Amino acid sequence: MDWILNSLREIITPTTAAYALAAIGLNIHFGFTGLVNFGQAGFVAIGGYGFAISVTQLGLSWPLAIAVTLLLAVGYALLLGIPTLRLRADYLAIVTIACAEIIRFTLNSSAFASVTGGANGLYNDYSGWITGANPYPQGLVHLGPWTFTSTDLWIATVDWAVVAVVAVGVFLLIRSPWGLVLKGIREDEHAMLSLGKNVNLHKLQALVMGGAIGALAGILYVQPTSVQPFDFASRMTFNMYTMLILGGAATVFGPILGSMIFWVVMRFTDELVNAGVDAGLLDNATQGSQLRFVLVGAALVLLVVFRPQGILGNRTELSFDAK
Amino acid sequence: MPSDAILIADGVHRHFAGVTAVDVEHVEIPRGRITALIGPNGAGKTTFFNLLTGFDRPQRGTWSFDGTPVQGLPPYRVARLGMVRTFQLTKVLGRLTVLDNMLLGSNRQPGERLRNALLGVVWKKQDRTDRERAREILARFKLDGKADDYAAGLSGGQRKLLEMARALMNEPTLVMLDEPMAGVNPALTQSLLGHIADLRERGMTVLFVEHDMHMVRNLADWVVVMAAGRIIAEGTPESVLSSEAVVDAYLGAHHDTDLRSLIEEDA
Repeated sequence: MDWILNSLREIITPTTAAYALAAIGLNIHFGFTGLVNFGQAGFVAIGGYGFAISVTQLGLSWPLAIAVTLLLAVGYALLLGIPTLRLRADYLAIVTIACAEIIRFTLNSSAFASVTGGANGLYNDYSGWITGANPYPQGLVHLGPWTFTSTDLWIATVDWAVVAVVAVGVFLLIRSPWGLVLKGIREDEHAMLSLGKNVNLHKLQALVMGGAIGALAGILYVQPTSVQPFDFASRMTFNMYTMLILGGAATVFGPILGSMIFWVVMRFTDELVNAGVDAGLLDNATQGSQLRFVLVGAALVLLVVFRPQGILGNRTELSFDAK
Repeated sequence: MPSDAILIADGVHRHFAGVTAVDVEHVEIPRGRITALIGPNGAGKTTFFNLLTGFDRPQRGTWSFDGTPVQGLPPYRVARLGMVRTFQLTKVLGRLTVLDNMLLGSNRQPGERLRNALLGVVWKKQDRTDRERAREILARFKLDGKADDYAAGLSGGQRKLLEMARALMNEPTLVMLDEPMAGVNPALTQSLLGHIADLRERGMTVLFVEHDMHMVRNLADWVVVMAAGRIIAEGTPESVLSSEAVVDAYLGAHHDTDLRSLIEEDA
């Protein structure tokens, strides 16, 4: 039963936490405001690289580096949002995915390798601020049936604390009148205009907030090992959409649960395929890693068929979608 | 009749790629009355509505609401001045409850600003006032039983009622209704008529677009007729509806000629 235990371990890893946080940001865009952002990976990349470069190249202290990174993300959101939010929803989708790719290719390019590390990225000589404060005993730490390195467990602890604080903040924001305006915009922008709501301002605020949360997730995401351009491919954004659908979009805790389930399923299918290779049922690991995505796909199909609203979603709400 | 006008428009012109949609030289909407804007399909009534409320921009023209020039203002600012519209195809916020729809009608909620959103002390009181008011208005429109249902679950007629009720949350002085009767079953028509008349009793001005002549005759104090983007007549319902120009614009010049006589004429 090692498979299951190994898979369940994913629930608390730093990667799961970082994805959960970025998905919370994306949920403000997509789930609550109805903004189709296909480039959340761009915000996460700005977070990861912004922080790493601020610390390693500019020598900033970590609180200052976080502030600079978040400001960068806010600026990027304004740059994206001001020209496109007044247009139809599809334009934001096109612009966000294109800009996210521009960011990734720029970071990947050898032209700026002296700053960004090019295709190799940057290694984590920027995470001293977090590892230095590690209160756990050195070496391996046992937590129930699982073993973590002390550093990993500490980073996970910090990450989940951030996720908890942000989730509570978003929960309070969404149940405020401000949050109700966002949901109204998701339903019908023209109706909201006729009711006297400054739709563009609210959309911009939502875009900035979700993007800044994405950048914060990026800072967390790169702490354990390194920051590499390949991580921020469009697949990252679409994995987040998968998480939203899994957990239930337009719910505050859906993205968190979605991220946990997503990574458990990813790990579980991995273990399953490896077991198949060990047992001689599959030829080699390459073939296996492809099979893994087939299994993930099948799991997703089952979910959409049997629980289309996601785990935490509201079925009644969804039933009105098919009008 | 317009001695005291709440809305005055001058020289409003809107064309789309060479086709003139609206070309209104001068029009006044009398305060505290119910004015009907009628005209055949394609006369430019809805476009004129869109222009007046900021949802569309004219090539030229000026208009003022209660003495304030409003041309060029974005639609949400027009609404905040107290000039609230509804839509021909109702726009309820489907996946929100009826009560939430109503709350969004209010423009007094400081908690809608991001900086106040986390400060419950700033907005809780207004929230209570708004909820109370929303339930009162819903009761008037007989929607109080639906307050906690999703708006998407309402019938077509109930949506029209909700849209009107929601507009009232803003305490408007001018209510602009775009075809309030379209698609409403006859049983609800009477109640809708009553609600519109009630708006006048409560001191509001109403401007509505409508095709139903029965409704225009019964409800309107003043009628403005548009055809091909222009205003071709205005006056009391009796005078306008008996005017030959209006009848021709609506029904065609030969509407009361026996078809056979036309065919014989041709032959």
